[in-house]
Amino acid sequence: MTAPLVQAHDLAKTFDVSVPWLNRVIERRPRQLLRAVDGVSFDIGKGQTLALVGESGCGKSTVARLLVGLYEPTRGGLTFDGQDAHATFKSPQGRQLRRRIQMIFQDPYASLNPRWTVEDIVGEPLKEHAIITDAARLKDRVGELLDSVGLSPLDMVKFPHQFSGGQRQRISIARALATEPEFLVCDEPTSALDVSVQAQVLNIMKDLQRQRGLTYLFISHNLAVVRHVSDQVGVMYLGRLVELSGKRQLFGNPRHPYTRMLLDAIPKMHDIGRSRTPVQGEVPNPLNPPTGCAFHPRCPNANERCKAERPALLAIQGIRIACHAVEEGRI
Amino acid sequence: MSLLQVQNLIVEFPHRRGTLRALDDISFEIAPGEILGVVGESGAGKSLTGASIIGLLEPPGRVASGQIMLEGQRIDNLSHEQMRHIRGRKIGAIFQDPLTSLNPLYTVGRQLTETIQAHLPVDGAEARKRAVGLLEDTGIPAAAERIDHYPHQFSGGMRQRVVIALALAAEPKLIVADEPTTALDVSIQAQIIQLLKRVCKERGAAVMLITHDMGVIAETCDRVAVMYAGRIAEIGPVHDVINQPAHPYSMGLMAAIPDITIERERLHQIDGAMPRLNAIPAGCAYNPRCPRAFARCTVERPDLLEAGATRAACWLHDAHAGAPV
Repeated sequence: MTAPLVQAHDLAKTFDVSVPWLNRVIERRPRQLLRAVDGVSFDIGKGQTLALVGESGCGKSTVARLLVGLYEPTRGGLTFDGQDAHATFKSPQGRQLRRRIQMIFQDPYASLNPRWTVEDIVGEPLKEHAIITDAARLKDRVGELLDSVGLSPLDMVKFPHQFSGGQRQRISIARALATEPEFLVCDEPTSALDVSVQAQVLNIMKDLQRQRGLTYLFISHNLAVVRHVSDQVGVMYLGRLVELSGKRQLFGNPRHPYTRMLLDAIPKMHDIGRSRTPVQGEVPNPLNPPTGCAFHPRCPNANERCKAERPALLAIQGIRIACHAVEEGRI
Repeated sequence: MSLLQVQNLIVEFPHRRGTLRALDDISFEIAPGEILGVVGESGAGKSLTGASIIGLLEPPGRVASGQIMLEGQRIDNLSHEQMRHIRGRKIGAIFQDPLTSLNPLYTVGRQLTETIQAHLPVDGAEARKRAVGLLEDTGIPAAAERIDHYPHQFSGGMRQRVVIALALAAEPKLIVADEPTTALDVSIQAQIIQLLKRVCKERGAAVMLITHDMGVIAETCDRVAVMYAGRIAEIGPVHDVINQPAHPYSMGLMAAIPDITIERERLHQIDGAMPRLNAIPAGCAYNPRCPRAFARCTVERPDLLEAGATRAACWLHDAHAGAPV
């Protein structure tokens, strides 16, 4: 069996958010470190979609940026197709690697240059990587790319402001596909879109995946969307993975208390009238996380061990889960 | 008698190149204590409907015709000063972003007592007592201390609870809530939805809940109005609109929403997009995208017609005309 295309090992990213040195000295304040991602490991097989879900401050967007090389990891690494990705990014082979990994961003209004035509936007990767140098052939290729996302090739003369949010997101997808990547990192690609437009974009993404064998990392806070697109789901909380399993398993039998509460908390269209216990408390400040298991202040199953010892992500009964109570068989 | 009656409301935005009609002949009612959801995609006009009712339409937007009646009294044609008394006392408002809804320079207690004393005949001590009570009721821990805190000292979810307390402070009969949970995390959303339902039912306050999130509507509302291009496409009891929608747009919308309880291979998609205000088609605004449109739909605009348990603005439900089956 071939190794997975994408392998993240113990990825971590810490940001120094201390106040300036002078303030620290005069006001006697300590350094402040933000552990945005604190040891995340996962594998994604070729042609598969891993969804990362979590609420604000869980670190999922930082993981996305680590995977495409926008950030250097503080610890840990990423193996892509057998090679160390971050080392490769820094080497002469880095450009080749960047063709194979591309990203789609959340905000369709901020991710396209408003002063460029669609032709320039979608053609930029082709020019930058010298994939196509002949101008006429470039135009044709841009037309093909636009067509593959359901837009007309005639649209290439227009500017971004002439399109709706959903159409702009499709332009972003067309641009991301220009280099014929194998791996797409999608950071909340449909969160800013209306429901009916979201449906169009998600359907296109699934179709493209099937046609081209694309691998996706799909980041979202919307579990219903995740249910629709993913094969595997990873739930993050304060920079760590708490549960990682196949989609059917996660939604059918969530094991981690946080996952259960999250699924329970989602307003559901068709389960009308069912009362449920909402989650207690709020996500703690990532600058000052709780000791031991970060979820323990909100967990109904927490014991003394949970307050003191951080649980490792263990393989238990076919899933990966970081929870003492599950490990001990208490739940 | 209904608490709120909106009759044939038309809201327009006049500008140099013509007049844009943003709300085109909207009519609906809210009964005392009822929770009505108003759902629709961006540009449908739901926030504008809320703004018209609270009297916060941004100029040059104006009510061009129609009426808004609160407890039998007309409120759309009141002066600024008169509306100031209605707002707060009769109608409370909750907006999306708790950070910008609260004045950062005043303590939470000061903002609450100011609202209470502006509308109710109580003295400072009594106002403060009521303010603490409101904070406790909306789930703020240590309310007696936190009443003297500033908004920035609260987290997002807590701030929204303060905003709810503020909306209820002068004991209004109607709360207009515009996307009250959209900016909050999922787990907090659930808490806020439950809170809103409880405090409103306890006080007999009706709610107009404006949102694009159908799940929130399903869990909170008694009835729902689906808006499209400045008009109401369908209105009826929430279970019926969700499970047996009668308007093709509602049908498409319900099918396009990914639901956590059902897994589907492909999401239903409605091709095209909502028309811009200056390009609304003749007849039924939805007809270019409608899989069941026929000749009449392109020329004559449908009123809300009886369609089983709901009312839908769709000629398919005209029992008198020979609509194709």
